Amino acid sequence: MSAPTAPNPPRTLLPEGAQLSAYMAGRHRAGWLWQTLFLLATCVGILALSALLYNVIDSAFGFVAVVEKVDAATLAERPLSELTKDELVAILQANLSRGAFNKLEKDQPFADRSRENVLDVVYERVVQLKVEASYTLTASLFNRAAIAQEVAADFPDAQLEWRSWLTPQFLTTPMSSKPEYAGVRTALLGSLSLVGLTLAFALPIGVMAAIYLQEYATKNWINNLIQTNIYNLSGVPSIVYGMLGLAVFVRTLEALTSGALFGVTDSNGRTILSAALTMALLILPIIIVNAQEAIKAVPDSFRQAAYGLGATKWQTIWHHVLPNALPGILTGSILAVSRAIGETAPLVVVGASTFITADPDGPFSKFTALPIQIYNWTARPQAEFRNIAAAAILVLLAMLLTLNAAAILLRNRFSRRLY
Amino acid sequence: MEQTTNLPAGLVDQQADAFSAADLRRRPRIAETLIQSALFLSGVLSIAITVSIVIVLGQEALLFFTNPEVSVTEFFTTLVWQPAILEFGVWPLVSATLMTSLIAIGVAMPLGLMAAVYLSEYASPRVRGILKPTLEVLAGIPTVVYGYFALTFMTPLLRSVFGESVVQIYNNASAGIVIGIMIMPLVTSMSEDALSAVPRALREGAYGLGATKLETAIQVVVPAAFSGVVAAFIIGVSRAFGETMIVAIAAGAGPKLTLNPFDSAETIAGHIVRISGGDLSYASLDYESLFALALVLFVITLVLNLISRRVVEKFREAYE
Repeated sequence: MSAPTAPNPPRTLLPEGAQLSAYMAGRHRAGWLWQTLFLLATCVGILALSALLYNVIDSAFGFVAVVEKVDAATLAERPLSELTKDELVAILQANLSRGAFNKLEKDQPFADRSRENVLDVVYERVVQLKVEASYTLTASLFNRAAIAQEVAADFPDAQLEWRSWLTPQFLTTPMSSKPEYAGVRTALLGSLSLVGLTLAFALPIGVMAAIYLQEYATKNWINNLIQTNIYNLSGVPSIVYGMLGLAVFVRTLEALTSGALFGVTDSNGRTILSAALTMALLILPIIIVNAQEAIKAVPDSFRQAAYGLGATKWQTIWHHVLPNALPGILTGSILAVSRAIGETAPLVVVGASTFITADPDGPFSKFTALPIQIYNWTARPQAEFRNIAAAAILVLLAMLLTLNAAAILLRNRFSRRLY
Repeated sequence: MEQTTNLPAGLVDQQADAFSAADLRRRPRIAETLIQSALFLSGVLSIAITVSIVIVLGQEALLFFTNPEVSVTEFFTTLVWQPAILEFGVWPLVSATLMTSLIAIGVAMPLGLMAAVYLSEYASPRVRGILKPTLEVLAGIPTVVYGYFALTFMTPLLRSVFGESVVQIYNNASAGIVIGIMIMPLVTSMSEDALSAVPRALREGAYGLGATKLETAIQVVVPAAFSGVVAAFIIGVSRAFGETMIVAIAAGAGPKLTLNPFDSAETIAGHIVRISGGDLSYASLDYESLFALALVLFVITLVLNLISRRVVEKFREAYE
């Protein structure tokens, strides 16, 4: 390649001198500008997360304007919280109609009730606290004077009280139509039994499928099909699983899922069992893919050592591959469980109840779940339901956080064992 | 057999006999075969799930379409969805689904890709170690919580920015933006995987030619990882399409054909949840129509997922 010997000087492609430094400075400026933009984009995610958490916490605590239908101070000479159980029962007897009192006695005899329970009943039935207005945490902290003024003007009878919507009581009381007394006990128990049952179905089958695909499957069309299919299943919207569950488990297999085959007569197909089977289908692909990764990570030398000692294929898998893959499989299962706990749409479709106060008793009972309660409460117009929805979200997030922390601990603890 | 010489003579004979008589060919082991079959069946179950989805949705959808009150042409060409007066035109639901998905991907794609470039090209390991888990937390939050967030945070925010008369309480924009926030971690992590897989040599080649870090990232790394980025985009769209709880809570009830993102309009998934959450009698036209809608949703997301996998496989730039 020889330089062309043109009469005029060659055209310069690059700027020179002062122009060059301006050009370079421009390029670097663009670099810095975009780097900042990229960082900002990443921070938007964190900002969204903070906004979400702030928004939930903001609604879960704060001042409320409370009206008591009957002034608690007039009921007895001492404050209610200092009374004995018998005195509380006497108050109930004096203030409730005979029929209402007998109905309470019939639900659960007063002899069997705890003092706290009777106190709750007194508050709910006699004092009848009613939250007239509730204020957000930020407003309560920084705008206290304005709130006090507003409450004094709008609700002259009301008292301004600090209220945390998330209390131990919130966890242990069942659903109620009054947000002041509603709790998540039924939903929490429903979610736990649902997830337990789901895992009992999905974990063995998922792990078995993963073993097959990873240890036995040769490269042929059917195994390729299974593998592709599992990836596709993990992309199917959860609501489609819900429709599948509605048609197959709730309707077609009603005799089985309602427990009619086992002598249970008081339910239809909309049971915990149906929901758990549906949810098991939903998390199966997640469990399979994670278990496959865990099994893949077991070094081949382990298998070869076992074969060398004369172990059969299953002996190798059972005694060597599975124990070493177990932490990974468990981590994957925990992640799948946290997906199942938060999933709402399929449960709505297979018919979770929105209002039940009885604890679930076995796989054939009607149920509700934590996300269902959140959905139900969020969808209501009254502000107080938003408050308890926020409190329920905090419960749900705490559960998920615990699960994920467990997964991370498990991963860290066992990850150094393999090499 | 040097080692056996110090054994008693009888035992040596016995062993030799046993050795010569032993049949070392592979024997059928019944237990092993049974186990393998059980494992195979578990694997095949996943295919059975897909098949039963198709059969169940197809069967009920067929019942729906063979009903004298509806026809396939009506379903795909008319513009009103009102089961109460037997109007079954799917477009109002589809348009709302498209709108929320477009808004979502409009939020998630630029943010997700930019975040992926930052994490893969710029972030130091320490910063990455903080940012990445945070994004993963975002991905693990249940959708019903996002729905609450859309209704109680995003909608009031939009209303205060654009005016309460413009933005309805239930609207597609709020739902779409929050879906975008929800799928952003997915887009980020898929794109970042693709970007990180681009070999170092390409970057060093670019630096050697005098490119700045930005030029390397935009003109070399992103194009080289293009198939992965496209796959992330398609998966994101598919997620947005099937998203249910956010739209059920924040986008409004009642199908409506509108192009205004601040208007309320029900999406396919939102409609299924609202109708099936109420009292629904089996074998009614309403019930069957839900399966037809679910089938539409299933087919669209399945096609998107298949395309995404194909894109990754076919257009992957292979380096060594």
